[in-house]
Amino acid sequence: MENMSATKTQEEQWMVQNQVFRIYDLVCQLPPHAQSVNFELRRDNHIEYLIKSLKQLGPNFAVLDANRPWLCYWIIHSIALLGDCVDDKLENDVIEFLQRCQDPNGGYGGGPGQMPHLATTYAAINTLITVGGHKSLSSINREKLYDFLLRMKDTSGGFRMHDGGEVDVRACYTAISVAGVLNILDDRLIQNAGDYIVSCQTYEGGIAGEPGSEAHGGYTFCGLAAMVLINEVNRLDLPALTNWVVFRQGVECGFQGRTNKLVDGCYSFWQGGVAAIIQRLRLVVSEQMGLPNTSNFDSRTESDNDSSDSDGDQSSEGASSPANDSCQPIQKGKSNDSPRIGVNNNGYNFIRGPIGMRPIFNSMALQQYILLCSQEEAGFRDKPGKRRDHYHTCYVLSGLSICQYSNIKEADSPPLPRDVMGPYSNLLEPVHPLYNIVLDKFYEAYEFFARS
Amino acid sequence: MSEQAVEEESGRIPISQRPEWADVRPVPQDDGPNPVVPIAYTDDFSETMDYFRAVYLADERSTRALQLTKEAIYLNSGNYTVWQFRRLILEALNVDLREELHFVEQITRDNSKNYQIWHHRRWVAEKLGTHVATQELEFTREIFSQDAKNYHAWSHRQWVLQALGGWEDELAYCDELLEDDIFNNSAWNQRYFVVTRSPILGGLEAMRDSEVAYAIKAILTKPENESPWRYLRGLYKNDVKSLGNDPRVGSVCLDVLMDKRDYVHALNMVLDLLCHHYQPSNELKNAIDALSPDPTPSDSDLIQRVCSILQLVDPIRANYWEWRKTTVPAQD
Ligand SMILES: [Zn+2]
Repeated sequence: MENMSATKTQEEQWMVQNQVFRIYDLVCQLPPHAQSVNFELRRDNHIEYLIKSLKQLGPNFAVLDANRPWLCYWIIHSIALLGDCVDDKLENDVIEFLQRCQDPNGGYGGGPGQMPHLATTYAAINTLITVGGHKSLSSINREKLYDFLLRMKDTSGGFRMHDGGEVDVRACYTAISVAGVLNILDDRLIQNAGDYIVSCQTYEGGIAGEPGSEAHGGYTFCGLAAMVLINEVNRLDLPALTNWVVFRQGVECGFQGRTNKLVDGCYSFWQGGVAAIIQRLRLVVSEQMGLPNTSNFDSRTESDNDSSDSDGDQSSEGASSPANDSCQPIQKGKSNDSPRIGVNNNGYNFIRGPIGMRPIFNSMALQQYILLCSQEEAGFRDKPGKRRDHYHTCYVLSGLSICQYSNIKEADSPPLPRDVMGPYSNLLEPVHPLYNIVLDKFYEAYEFFARS
Repeated sequence: MSEQAVEEESGRIPISQRPEWADVRPVPQDDGPNPVVPIAYTDDFSETMDYFRAVYLADERSTRALQLTKEAIYLNSGNYTVWQFRRLILEALNVDLREELHFVEQITRDNSKNYQIWHHRRWVAEKLGTHVATQELEFTREIFSQDAKNYHAWSHRQWVLQALGGWEDELAYCDELLEDDIFNNSAWNQRYFVVTRSPILGGLEAMRDSEVAYAIKAILTKPENESPWRYLRGLYKNDVKSLGNDPRVGSVCLDVLMDKRDYVHALNMVLDLLCHHYQPSNELKNAIDALSPDPTPSDSDLIQRVCSILQLVDPIRANYWEWRKTTVPAQD
C-alpha cells in the first residue's frame, strides 16, 4: 500500500534527476563541434562577472552585509583558480578594505566595525594569502589573532564562532585552519579539539555540525581537514567516512550534501575535497582496515615518505595508530616553544607527501555535472533552475580543480589531458585541499610566516 | 506582531525625524575611500545601521536601542553583531523573554536557514527553562511541516530535548515522519539520536532488537533507500562481528540479492561483513554467484566477486569498488 505513491523526497529527486538527464541528452544529440563548445569553461565570462561584483553589488546584497570578507574570498579565490588576478589598484583596495574589518583586539568581522567572527576571519586570511605579497601578508596582526582564537576556545575543546556565538565543527575548522596557515597553532589551541570533532562523527560515517546531528558534507570537510591539521586524523573512523562520502555522488553525477538529499554543485568541493584528502591518507586508512603497512596497492612511489614513519611518537591523546601518510608527529615537549617544528608543518607536509591512492570518486562524472549543469553563461549555480551566486561559483570551481588534479601522482605535477574534461584549456590552478587556497599562494604564505 | 512589521515596512518614519532619536548622532560605516564588494544599500538600510553603530559604540542598553536592533534584524537577520548586542540589552533591561520567542518566530518564517536566528532562539529558550520545552518542540515541528530536513531546526530540537526535556513522544514523532517519507534521512538520524540518548528508552542495548526489525522492514519495502541500511549498520556501530552474528542481517541481504534489483546497498553491507571475516551461508554465496556477470566467475575470492559485481552495476563508484578489492584484510 505504502509503495503506491511517491514520497516528497522521491518526487523532488526525480524532478531534478530528469532535468539533469534532459541536459545530458540534449548535449549528446548535438553535432560534435557544438557538443564540445558545451564542455568549455567560459573563463572570460566568469572573470568578468567576478570582477564586476568586486567593484559593485546591488541592494539585494544587504543580506550579506555581515559576510563581506566571504564575498572577497569567494571572488578572489575564484579568480585565482581561473589563473587570473586583479590589477594592483584593486588588490590594494582589497587589502585596505580587509584592514578595516580587522578588529583592534584580533580577528576579522563581517564588515568594518562589526565584531570579529571566526568564519569571516578565515575568509579574510584566505583572501589576503591569495592576494599575496608583503603588504597583504604583513597586514595580519597574528599576535592579536592568536589572542582572539584563544578567547573563542570553548570548554568542550571546540570553538565559538564569536563572543557569545555558537560552537560547532565549522568553528573548529576555521580556527585551526587560520592558526595552521599563519604558523600560530599550538597545544593550547589544539587541546581537546579532536575530542569534540570525534564526537561529531555519526553512525553514517560522515561528520555533523554538533554531536547528534546528521552527517553533512560541509561539516565532514571541516572536521576531516581540522583533524589532519592537528595530526589526529587516525581518531576518526576513516573506512566508514570513506564509504559514506563515495555514496554521496549520485546518478546526476554531482554530489549531494546528505543522504537522500538533492545534488548541489557546492558539494563538488566539500565532498570532493574530502575524497582528495582521503587519497593522501592511504596508510592511516589501510591500517584502520586491518591491512599490513606493506600492502602495495597502486604503483605510486612512496619515496617522500620519510617524515611519516610508523615509529614516530605521538603526543596527542588517544592517537592509537601511529601511521600517517605525511603529517609529522608533534615532538614531545617541544610544541609549545617552537611551533614551527610541530603541528604548524602539517599542512605543508601533507601537500608535499605522496598521493597514495587513485581517486575514490568519479572525477569525470563530476566534471560533467559542473560544466553542463552548474555552469551558467557567467558564474556557477547549485543546480539547473537555481541562480548563480558567488558562493557557488567559488566552491564549484574549487571542486572542478580538485577533479582535474585527482589523478596526479605528486604535488606540482600537471594532470594528463585525459583527466581534464573538455579542452585542456579548461585546466584550473591546483588548490591545497585542507585550506582551499591556490597552491602557489599557499607556498608563498608558508615561506613568509615561517620567517616571521 | 505582524501588524507592527507591516507598519514598519510601509509607513516607516526616518529615524532622523523621530523625536526620541534627536540626541543621537548617527555613525556612518567606515568603508574607506575605495571599498571592495561595496553594497548599494537602500537609504533605510544605511540610516538604520548608522544609528545602530551609534548605540553599539556608546554601549547604550536602552529600550530604544532594543527597538532599533529589531529594525536592523528585519533588514538583515544575518548580522550577528546586532543579535549579540540585542542579547546584552535584553539582559540589561530584564525584558520578558516570552515576547522574544514570538519575535524570533516571525523572523524565522522569512528565513529559516540562518545560524544567528537559531542560536538566538537557543539562548532565549535556555533562559526561559524547562517549561518552554513543549513550545519549542511544537515550533520545530511546524518548521518540519514545511521543510522536514531543515538542519538548524533539527539541531535546535536535539538541543531542546537534551537541555529542557520532552523525550516522551519523540520516538512516535520519528515514526510519524518516517511513515510520511521513509527516505527522510534527517528523521532516521533523529531516530538514532532518540534510541541512543533518550533517558526513558533504556539506550541502544535495550532498543537494538526492535530497531533492527524496524530497519529491516523499511529495507524490504524500498531496498534502494540508503537510510535504513546505514541505520541498521549504526545499530551495531564499531561491532561488525555482532552485526554478522544477527541472523536477520544476513537474511535481509539474501532476500534483497535474490530479488535481483536495487541490491547495491545489500552488497555494500555484505562486503563490509566479509571484510570482517563473516562466514557466508551457501545460499548467500549462490545468490552472489547468480549476480555475477561471468557464469563461471574467475575471481576465486568472494570479496573480489562482490566488488566486480558492484563495479558493473554501480559504475559511478567503480573506482571505489576497485580500491576495495585491494583492501581485503589478511585472513586469519
Ligand atoms: Zn550549494
